[in-house]
Amino acid sequence: MDLTAPLRISGLGKSFGKACVLRDISFELPAGASLSIIGPSGCGKSTLLSMVAGLTKADEGHILLPENCRSAFILQDYGLFPWKTVRDNLALPLQLQGIGRKERFEAAQAMLEELGLGGLAQRYPVQLSGGQRQRVAIGRALISRPDLLLMDEPFAALDAITREHLQNQLLDVWKRRRMSFMLVTHNVAEAVFLGRYIMVLGGRPARSVLWVENPCFGDASSRNSDVYFSLIRQVHEALEAAQKNNGPDDTDSAEGGLA
Amino acid sequence: MRVLDILFRYVVAFLALLALWQIGAWALGPYILPAPLDVLAAWVDALRGNDLWGHIRSSAFRVATAMILAWVTAFPLGIFLGYKRRIDRFISPMVFLTYPLPKIVLLPVFLTLFGLGDLSKILLIALTTGYQILVVTRDGIRHLDGRYLESFRTLGGSPAQLIRHVLVPAALPDAMTSLKVASGTAVAVLFMAESFATQSGLGFIIMDAWGRGDQLEMFCGILSMSLLGLMVYETCHITEKLLCRWKKLETKR
Ligand SMILES: Nc1ncnc2c1ncn2[C@@H]1O[C@H](COP(=O)(O)OP(=O)(O)O)[C@@H](O)[C@H]1O
Ligand SMILES: [Mg+2]
Repeated sequence: MDLTAPLRISGLGKSFGKACVLRDISFELPAGASLSIIGPSGCGKSTLLSMVAGLTKADEGHILLPENCRSAFILQDYGLFPWKTVRDNLALPLQLQGIGRKERFEAAQAMLEELGLGGLAQRYPVQLSGGQRQRVAIGRALISRPDLLLMDEPFAALDAITREHLQNQLLDVWKRRRMSFMLVTHNVAEAVFLGRYIMVLGGRPARSVLWVENPCFGDASSRNSDVYFSLIRQVHEALEAAQKNNGPDDTDSAEGGLA
Repeated sequence: MRVLDILFRYVVAFLALLALWQIGAWALGPYILPAPLDVLAAWVDALRGNDLWGHIRSSAFRVATAMILAWVTAFPLGIFLGYKRRIDRFISPMVFLTYPLPKIVLLPVFLTLFGLGDLSKILLIALTTGYQILVVTRDGIRHLDGRYLESFRTLGGSPAQLIRHVLVPAALPDAMTSLKVASGTAVAVLFMAESFATQSGLGFIIMDAWGRGDQLEMFCGILSMSLLGLMVYETCHITEKLLCRWKKLETKR
């Protein structure tokens, strides 16, 4: 098992029926690094994550994960089960692997403590706030100790303060575990704060229109640095251009994609 | 506190019903409607002997066995049909063509096929109850939010684990409610099945006493059957509450 190997994606493409959604996506993500993916709504970000997770088949190209790489996926809308308590939701991945009751409950409790949810084990998801629910979803993804964490707009539904808090918490977790993660977001500041690499998708079909490395990634004080702000401006401009290109009159949509 | 509150309301309702009954008894006379206190006295008296208990046992056994049988067949089948839509497309026309049919009209057929004993009655009640559970469970699974299936796929469980962790708990609340609602029909079918060609059960007592013009015994049977219906309903209700705690939290909001 070589977990220092990078994640390699080459020439990835995907169509739904006649509409080609993604084309020729290629990049390499070093082990333990993070990638933020940003792009206009409907451009194929969720589809890309789903392909990396192995839930959707790619039409073209390859995804090369390091050998024995375990991935975990946090869906756009948390995906907790309302009929299970917080503890049972958290412990479910371990239960599915056949891990015994005592061991998985201890792991769940430890994870709850780590995420600052210690007292909520017996609650049901409806009894939690949006931020708490999202933390449980993160905990459920982390509990099987993944090497690659995939997150689809994990903080989109949260208020600004909770969102910032969870962003910091995610960075803390990352510093302790050093898993790779890929994060889809709509928010430029979030993309820059959480990504060591930032990829902007745009066009129709979507491809990578910008790929930058973030030199001050992981530095909590970077939120106020000049590099941070200039990076935000760069990503923002690329995103605006992509959004313009995404209009229905765009000649790129020659494949009949009124999708 | 809340338990006392509920109990209080039940007691008030019970006394109000007794009062109405008493007024009816005065109006109609003891040959049509005996007075409630006379019936209660006769009922307590009958409970001291063994006869009434025997009939209660027969009826309770039939309805309980039938409802359990209905549940263990219809609930899994409903989940299966709801999930395997391709198979459901062939089965559901059959279900829907026969669903509106009042199963009680099959009583003579069942008596011929399965004899005059418990089996025919149990099967008939189970058929009536099972249909409702089947239809509701199947629809519950069909309308299950696709996000739960997708979420489970990200965790990578087996089909058996999907059934256990997603399909069964998702379908359970609606199915339990349908079981509860069906319990009323179940007791009604029990009565019909017992009023005919049998010597045991509360339905038999009621019809037998009616034939002999023994109003007091008839009302003892009616009272017992009502209580049996109430017990069946409450059992379903409590089971539902225990198994679907999360659902109640959801609707509270
Ligand atoms: N299962 C599917 N079948 C058909 N079209 C799909 C399917 N999934 C996504 N699409 C289409 O692919 C495009 C990209 O979807 P998605 O990846 O969800 O976008 P994003 O996450 O970037 O908003 C959208 O136009 C969407 O309608
Ligand atoms: Mg999406």
